[in-house]
Amino acid sequence: MNIKIPELSLVLLVGPSGSGKSTFARKHFKATEILSSDYCRGLVSDDENNQAATSDAFDVLNFIAGKRLAAGKLTVIDATNVQDEARKPLVQLARQYHCLPVAIVFDLHDKVCHARNKERSDRTFGQHVVRQQSQQLRRSLRTLEKEGFRYVYRLESPEEVEAVTIVRQPLWNNKKEERGPFDIIGDVHGCFDELKRLLETLGYHVTREAETARYAVTHPAGRKAVFLGDLVDRGPSTPEVLRLVMDMTESGAALCVPGNHDMKLLRKLKGRDVQITHGLAESLAQLEKEPPAFHERVTAFLQGLVSHYVLDDGELVVAHAGLKREMQGRGSGKVKDFALYGETTGETDEFGLPVRYNWAAEYRGKAMVVYGHTPVPEPEWLNRTINVDTGCVYGGKLTALRYPERELVSVPAAHTYYESAKPFLPQDEAAPVLTAQQQHDDVLDIQDVLGKRLIKTRHHHTVTIREENAIAALEVMSRFAINPKWLIYLPPTMSPSETSTRDGYLEHPSEAFGYYRHNGVSRVVCEEKHMGSRAVVIVCRDEDAARSRFGVVGEGIGTCFTRTGRRFFSDDTLEREFLEAVRSAVEQAGWWDQLSTDWVCLDCELMPWSAKAQELLRHQYVAVGAASRAALPEVVALLEQSNATNPDLGALKERFVNRATMVDQYVAAYRKYCWSVRSLADYKMAPFHLLATEGKVHTDQDHIWHMETLATLNKANPSLFVATPYRVVDVTDSASEEEAIRWWATLTEAGGEGTVVKPFEFIATNRRGLVQPAVKCRGREYLRIIYGPEYSAPEHLERLRSRGLSSKRSLALREFALGIEALERFVRLEPLRRVHECVFGVLALESEPVDPRL
Amino acid sequence: MLLTITTKRSPATDLGYLLHKNPARAHEVSLSFGKAHVFYPEAKPDCCTAALLLDLDPVGLVRNRRGPGGEGRALEQYVNDRPYVASSFMSVALSQVFGTAMAGRSKERQELAEQALPFHVKVAVVPCRGGEPVLRKVFEPLGYTVVVTRHPLDETFPEWGESAYFTVELRAVHRLKDLLAHLYVLLPVLDDDKHYWVGDDELQKLLHHGGDWLAAHPERELIVQRYLKYQKRLTRRALAQLVEDEESDPDAEAEIHATEEAVVEERITLNQQRHAAVVAALKATGAKRVLDLGCGEGKLLRVLLEEKAFSQVVGMDVSYRALEVAQERLHLDRMPTKQRERITLFQGALTYRDARLEGYDAATVIEVIEHLDPHRLSSFERVLFEAAKPRAVILTTPNAEYNVKFETLPAGKLRHKDHRFEWTRQQFQHWAMGVADRFGYSVRFLPVGPEDAVVGAPTQMGIFARMGSR
Repeated sequence: MNIKIPELSLVLLVGPSGSGKSTFARKHFKATEILSSDYCRGLVSDDENNQAATSDAFDVLNFIAGKRLAAGKLTVIDATNVQDEARKPLVQLARQYHCLPVAIVFDLHDKVCHARNKERSDRTFGQHVVRQQSQQLRRSLRTLEKEGFRYVYRLESPEEVEAVTIVRQPLWNNKKEERGPFDIIGDVHGCFDELKRLLETLGYHVTREAETARYAVTHPAGRKAVFLGDLVDRGPSTPEVLRLVMDMTESGAALCVPGNHDMKLLRKLKGRDVQITHGLAESLAQLEKEPPAFHERVTAFLQGLVSHYVLDDGELVVAHAGLKREMQGRGSGKVKDFALYGETTGETDEFGLPVRYNWAAEYRGKAMVVYGHTPVPEPEWLNRTINVDTGCVYGGKLTALRYPERELVSVPAAHTYYESAKPFLPQDEAAPVLTAQQQHDDVLDIQDVLGKRLIKTRHHHTVTIREENAIAALEVMSRFAINPKWLIYLPPTMSPSETSTRDGYLEHPSEAFGYYRHNGVSRVVCEEKHMGSRAVVIVCRDEDAARSRFGVVGEGIGTCFTRTGRRFFSDDTLEREFLEAVRSAVEQAGWWDQLSTDWVCLDCELMPWSAKAQELLRHQYVAVGAASRAALPEVVALLEQSNATNPDLGALKERFVNRATMVDQYVAAYRKYCWSVRSLADYKMAPFHLLATEGKVHTDQDHIWHMETLATLNKANPSLFVATPYRVVDVTDSASEEEAIRWWATLTEAGGEGTVVKPFEFIATNRRGLVQPAVKCRGREYLRIIYGPEYSAPEHLERLRSRGLSSKRSLALREFALGIEALERFVRLEPLRRVHECVFGVLALESEPVDPRL
Repeated sequence: MLLTITTKRSPATDLGYLLHKNPARAHEVSLSFGKAHVFYPEAKPDCCTAALLLDLDPVGLVRNRRGPGGEGRALEQYVNDRPYVASSFMSVALSQVFGTAMAGRSKERQELAEQALPFHVKVAVVPCRGGEPVLRKVFEPLGYTVVVTRHPLDETFPEWGESAYFTVELRAVHRLKDLLAHLYVLLPVLDDDKHYWVGDDELQKLLHHGGDWLAAHPERELIVQRYLKYQKRLTRRALAQLVEDEESDPDAEAEIHATEEAVVEERITLNQQRHAAVVAALKATGAKRVLDLGCGEGKLLRVLLEEKAFSQVVGMDVSYRALEVAQERLHLDRMPTKQRERITLFQGALTYRDARLEGYDAATVIEVIEHLDPHRLSSFERVLFEAAKPRAVILTTPNAEYNVKFETLPAGKLRHKDHRFEWTRQQFQHWAMGVADRFGYSVRFLPVGPEDAVVGAPTQMGIFARMGSR
């Protein structure tokens, strides 16, 4: 006997003790699929037969069953299940998770059960127990279907049990193997002419075979149409629309899900009593002219429609009124209702129509959901969902979404065929300033950032954000960060090169080159590292572009923020002047046209250091210089005075003379990065990555492209922009390396911070994955600011050499991957929460404890 | 890093006997944090100078650190001033290098040890919070003539101003023991930091070294507070023990306390008035389940918990640290179960929509919105009034007009460093009415605190009620 069960179902084995349920379960199901009440009794009480533990045991069992069903896993309940009150919570569970309950009943003779129980030493109960269970079982048999079991199988002998084969069937809605490409068409409502025109616009050949009178529809590129339901009612040609769609689905040229109007028509065709409202009258009048055979065909067609489809390996879901994530790929009455009608809040609006519950606003699923049902003037994306019902029958247009291209194609309605109760086209009022997604994105949800999170990135493996780091990031983000709509990127931390073993050096370019050589990167770019403050700058062509692309209104043409997402300039006027200067340079450089964009996002260093780090400088760096330069000369003078009488002090004197020299060098080092800032003219900006523009994250361009493109800003405004000097180095050629090392030495001896060494390509990988996107190599004098004025003394340097880079490097990769992921999601027009998740992640990772001197 | 002690009392070289360090030699003492050197730049009968030079190990300070992070976590960084200044490290060195002298003993010259002698002390350099005035008011009452040289931060950047470092010269006639005790206690006090954890034994050290002179010192409170790192419990005990030994003027004492209290009282009253006004307004709404958004360390939560009317009290704040303090202050872990079930604390931010905030009768937002950037207010409005939408919202914020009444507040300044704005009554009411209008609430306003005829009350309160609720 074949027992067919849906691939996602809750299977109850029903039968008295000794009826062979556990043996059956073990034979046909995976061990992890079986939840046994005996086992749960054991879990909570150490005794599988302890009847007193039954209630606790079922709490555990139901809990696990709930988790499994939520995760979409078939679950088998191995318990007697002979009483309806025992089955009831399980049926409810199945309903809650929108899957079908199945009962497999073991209706064997009591003697069989007795015999089996006798063989087992742990079954000490009397025969009356089995007898009672059998009676309950018999009573149950009459009510199982009423209780909600969609499939009931009854096995009446050990032989029958033995002969069973379980067949798992995919759900009707599972068409994951259909990968498109698709053209998903909104509510047609009998508008045949528009539908035909739309299909032709989409490139379909629509012909009608003379002999069969059937439509033959094909697409040269093998595309498939998907109808979102509501084919019928209100419009002029419902039968013709049905004919076309039925022919298309039968020939495999189309898929179709039902709409509420289609189902109401079906009920009418099946002779049920329905109200002839909302355009059903038109359908019926038109269908009257059709022969009974056509009616039968329509009835069969509509009856066979499946509430929704999951397509393209789970990437795409189509349903008439949309579908929540937890209902996708499930089958229950509720799922069907949702797919047909959506959900309403129970309230009614000023036109007397039910207020719809906006499920799309809360949608967090990974599948794209395309739906119709409620006419909208223009389809708008919201959280990976889109409604393409553009009210053709009301005089709007008929729209298709091309998948996976995400392009919209529409044909206008030839007439207004039906008056809408609620005007769906915009009245005289101006169109809303922000899109639905932008309005939605005005407020992010805390559930999207709080707690432990796993973020999938396209350039690295999944990045884990730990809860305690998210806690820290939440505070920084909400107290100090700029508007999250601007915050589409945060720069990653950067690791230094491996510690040098050369005399007098802590860092040296050889190690940076060696790192890349060892990681299979032969060409690198050395860029001068500027010592200022890291800044990310976004500028738009104008405020209009800021609104349309970033959804930001009244906050100017752009933003400039720090590596922790804070506003860079505290002075409004200065910020405005700065952004305007950048905008004008971008314009002069011709980027708007060259890059076909209205905005740019730049990764830069803004100088001088003293402009942003004023407080830090005064309280720490300069203060240490002041203290040491006040104290050490006194000490040296006194030691010189004493040395005359006490020659023992000679060595001590030498030591302190050296110390005094080193603190002077330290002061000279930080002074290089400080100058007074009175106006914008005193700032210098060194952009080094042109991160993103409309539709593109420029990680596919190598660093030479970035440097050369960014140099055009320097040409446009040489007083603000610094063109960063750089060298291309072949790390397999020692002459090339030597030349770069000499350059580094010259730079750093002149007071430069050092260089950043990057792989030639923006994103470099090897067998093990991502290679560091950049490694810094800092100059000897500069390092006094990091490791203290006197770090270069041999006794200090030796100890400072022991430093571990691995956690810094791992952090750098994770942050890099997240930052780029944020940009990728932004240019792909994903909802803000998806971008914010990554940026928030970078901030959270920054709270991980890492040696701050690296 | 350098301390010199000079005396001209003939024979000045007796200083060597007093310090137990032979002027003819250089001495090196190893300390846990580096080395101390003692040498004599001058050792003649008419003038003798002893120098104590600290040679701190800057790398060891960071790498082997066991104590606290220091002011601004300076001790966790290689770039820090400790190797160059006279701080608590100097005090430790004094006690270890000149221990016998500090105890007032001298093997060869005990009579000199017990005698007040003329000394000239020079310290390079002293970090001093509060600058020259603090230096003077700390040393001058002890009979010192004080000469200070303040060092600039960086002479090439005069706009950065002066540093907090001084070369200090002190002249006085004291027993050496007392002189050393003054330096031992006061150097860390000037610096206002300690490189080790301050505990009960620190109190004992203070009483030991300051017992003779501290009780009579007019700045004893400042000295005790700073020495004990503002640990209130220790400070109170120190002052109590010091005063016990002192014959004080009870009237003067009472007078001082009365004025202190008034200052404190004023503050308490405003905060209390605010809480009382909030509770009154809350009760008037009939709310049972209440949210305190931006609850901080839980001061209002405590008041709310005392009211039986509130069956559920939820405190939310963005600062996890503040919530931990609140949890501790409210003794949540020791609360009886029934009480404990009434209160929930969680971290959250007012700029993120949060399902946990839905379904409450009322929310209090006390002195919170002024900490949000004005651009973020629209998100806050939607989070609270559109998504959480409690029946009532009680919101307070400073009344900027009242700021002129605060004498210590410079004109145009905000009351708190983190305030992003402070509104006049008109600005607040305009905003609040806009919010009410947009989200279907009514709003009325109440002043909180003493009301001035012209500038109003220090705090302004808006009471929002959702229309059609109740």
